[in-house]
Amino acid sequence: MLKILKLILLLYFSFNFSYANEINTKVDQITKNLRCLICQGQSVYDSQSDFAVSMKLVVKNKIDEGKEEEEIYDYLKNKYGEWIVYEPELNQNTFLLWSIPLILFAFGGLLIIRKVSIK
Amino acid sequence: MSNYLGNYSLYIALIASVYLIFKSYLDANSENKYLDKNFILITSIQTIMITVSFFSLVAAFVISDFSNETVFNNSHTLKPLFYKVSGTWGNHEGSLLLWLLVLSIFLFIFLLNSRSQDTKYKLLTILFQQIIISGFLIFILLTSNPFKTLYPIPSEGLGLNPILQDPALAIHPPILYLGYVGTSIIFSASLASMISGNIGDKWARHIKKWVLLSWVFLTIGILLGSIWAYYELGWGGFWFWDPVENVSLMPWFCLTALLHTVIVLQKRNSFKEWTIILSITTFSLSMSGTFLVRSGILNSIHTFANDPSRGLFILSFLFILILMSILIFFFNQNKISNTAKENFILSKETAILVNNWFMMFFLSVVLVGTIYPIFLEVLNGSKISVGPPFYHNLLIPFLIPFLIFMSFGPSLKWIKDKLKKFNYNILIIFLVSLLISYVILTKTENSFLLSIPLIVLSIYLLLVTIKDFFVSRSSISQKISHFGFSLLITSILLNGLFSNEFNSNMKVGDERIFDEKVVKLKEVNVKDVDNYKSLKASFEVTNKNSSFALYPEVRIYQQPLTITSEADIKTTLFSDNFLVFNILKDDGYYNVRYQYKPLMIWIWISTIFIGFGGLLSVIRKNEQKY
Amino acid sequence: MSKNIKFLGLLLTLIIIFIILLKGLNVSKDYSNEKLKSKIDFSLNAKKLFSDEIINISDLFDKNSPSVVNIWASWCAPCREEHQFLMKLKDMNINIIGINYKDSPKNAKNFLYSLGNPYSEVITDNDGTKSIEFGAIGVPETFIISGKTNEIIKKYIGPLTSENLIEIKNLLEENA
Repeated sequence: MLKILKLILLLYFSFNFSYANEINTKVDQITKNLRCLICQGQSVYDSQSDFAVSMKLVVKNKIDEGKEEEEIYDYLKNKYGEWIVYEPELNQNTFLLWSIPLILFAFGGLLIIRKVSIK
Repeated sequence: MSNYLGNYSLYIALIASVYLIFKSYLDANSENKYLDKNFILITSIQTIMITVSFFSLVAAFVISDFSNETVFNNSHTLKPLFYKVSGTWGNHEGSLLLWLLVLSIFLFIFLLNSRSQDTKYKLLTILFQQIIISGFLIFILLTSNPFKTLYPIPSEGLGLNPILQDPALAIHPPILYLGYVGTSIIFSASLASMISGNIGDKWARHIKKWVLLSWVFLTIGILLGSIWAYYELGWGGFWFWDPVENVSLMPWFCLTALLHTVIVLQKRNSFKEWTIILSITTFSLSMSGTFLVRSGILNSIHTFANDPSRGLFILSFLFILILMSILIFFFNQNKISNTAKENFILSKETAILVNNWFMMFFLSVVLVGTIYPIFLEVLNGSKISVGPPFYHNLLIPFLIPFLIFMSFGPSLKWIKDKLKKFNYNILIIFLVSLLISYVILTKTENSFLLSIPLIVLSIYLLLVTIKDFFVSRSSISQKISHFGFSLLITSILLNGLFSNEFNSNMKVGDERIFDEKVVKLKEVNVKDVDNYKSLKASFEVTNKNSSFALYPEVRIYQQPLTITSEADIKTTLFSDNFLVFNILKDDGYYNVRYQYKPLMIWIWISTIFIGFGGLLSVIRKNEQKY
Repeated sequence: MSKNIKFLGLLLTLIIIFIILLKGLNVSKDYSNEKLKSKIDFSLNAKKLFSDEIINISDLFDKNSPSVVNIWASWCAPCREEHQFLMKLKDMNINIIGINYKDSPKNAKNFLYSLGNPYSEVITDNDGTKSIEFGAIGVPETFIISGKTNEIIKKYIGPLTSENLIEIKNLLEENA
């Protein structure tokens, strides 16, 4: 059951249109989704700190090695924890995060149907 | 001197508050027909005391009285006068005092403005509002007293964060607070009307002004915060989905829903309970905003002092208020005269329900995204980030049905509307918007699935709201706000779709070619200004046949040592050219970020339209029939 | 009846939220990946500071016992502070591998000449990418890495203190 829901949600979110257009290269796209861990609320892309500069290089090297976007995120999450990516992945911890708003939306829809007479 | 004055007037205000709480509670239970004159008198004394207290803090900032700890921590003699004054509310203690000031002034205005209302209702409103006021007074006096004194008196202050030295940010908190505090009046008044049983169309007409007013202030407050982020943070964005920004957006969604619902209550005398629930929720969200921001429980760009005892106090106070309102709601529910009316599917009532439905969904996304990380960390210790991709993924797809709905919902009639005969105007408008979108979309290589319907629909809605100025019978204020909203969505979408940028390390004399433009770094001038050292770069951007200059700046402040980047932005009606640079460690090289942002100015203008529509509705007394 | 259930449900939710937020107030807001025990990719190549020779980092680690890795730079003040403790570790016959982070070789060598060299080998990390492989955020950081599994056993973010020395010695013995 959970797996089916997860699949549906994944399909739904695979329209990843976040900032697609602004992004010229893959490195920019990935580093925009990474938190600069030593900055105040900046992404790696936006920051010029030592950490961010090295991180951009690491991402670039990984892409040159032929790594996929997801693999790079996994690699970094393994080193720095989920805190480093801005887009929380769908797993047991974040299942409710993604689904609560959708459940509420469905619930609201039911309430309206009950309140409104269709004639 | 001003320290004692400010401090003791707060104590007097607290005594007044306690007196008013007891007096209004006792009087509300007796059957007095008229409001005791003492209420106006004591409330004015309280308002005056809080005003005195506030201005003695302003005075301490203006004369740089460093015997005051708040002034010492947040001001500096070298600061321009304007920022000394705005420094009063640029810190935790002062901002709470401002909250309090607005709270008491609003109650005073409310009393003057509701002479014709039922006495018991007025007494109860005073009671609830004074409970809030006394809560804030105790909070300030116990945990955040702005009048703590220092001895020996330091000769110089610690300065204010230079990133906060910005005109938009100086007026942003007061405006936002007017919105937040306005919701406190709505909260107190709706609880009072629930108990006194006068909830209905007459009450709706009376409270609508406050709803509109709070909504206008909140809208403009959010706009100013966004303008500040765009011009000052220098990252070229106007909304980062940062928790502190989200916290101001949450009551906005709720208030927007309330704004529409209260009209149903006024015209059709229904949705009573829902109006009360929305009123309570809106205020709770405004208060939670204060809690989340002030307790330091959030991870945010915006730095505020972290003090768990403050967080504990606001949290407890917030929960007492919510608990109180839930109790009142459940034990007075039977007093609501249930005039349940049938809602037909094609009617303005249903349209407003659908509006509320979407607003609540948008609210839930922002709310869950903001507090989920806190919950997760407490419950199982994992720390996650919820950033822009989350909000975009959940919100943007829902814009499609929302835009469709908004193109016809507002023009439906009350009670029951009929399906009209096929309307050729609508078809023409739709075809025109298809054509415009086609032209727009061919200009961008990027085409991801959802951008096509979004662009088509936003342009369609824009054209429909323009058409409505000429044919629809709805009020002019509604037309302006709805037009503003469709313009906002269109601008944000096109801005997102066509924004373009490059990021490169350059030294003086370097050129970069970007998007048929040549960007050249001509020189960097260093000079000492007032309280900072300035590095001003001179860039030349050459287009095919025109060229313009941009002068971004890096400022190095000494007190405290902070480096800020001031972007230079060339704004035209069609686009912004945004340029910002940073110092790199390697000598001679600068990191340069150039961004092309189409229709940027329309994001601000359209938001002003949205707010202006609301303001017009407040001012115009005998508003429309529809 | 259903009204009462609604009321109680709402009340209960409220209390739960209150308790969670209350706990949230006391949770540290500081990010740290100190507890993450990730695996290090030993196939990395690196340049030695003193001989300019390029080696594979797996050569630096003893396959059978854990090693200490310290990331440092001559420009970093806390590194200067913790240096005396690294020297003490050396005196305790503990093998320390140094990673010199974004530094000029000249300054780095001078630093070691004047304060003593606690490291059995120092490799350079000019662009900071090797430190990221270790999951470092800044300098200084110290790691205890298992030679068998390539995993991080213990991580110290920031300068070492005298209390850490005994702990490090014990950890090395436990995992030997």
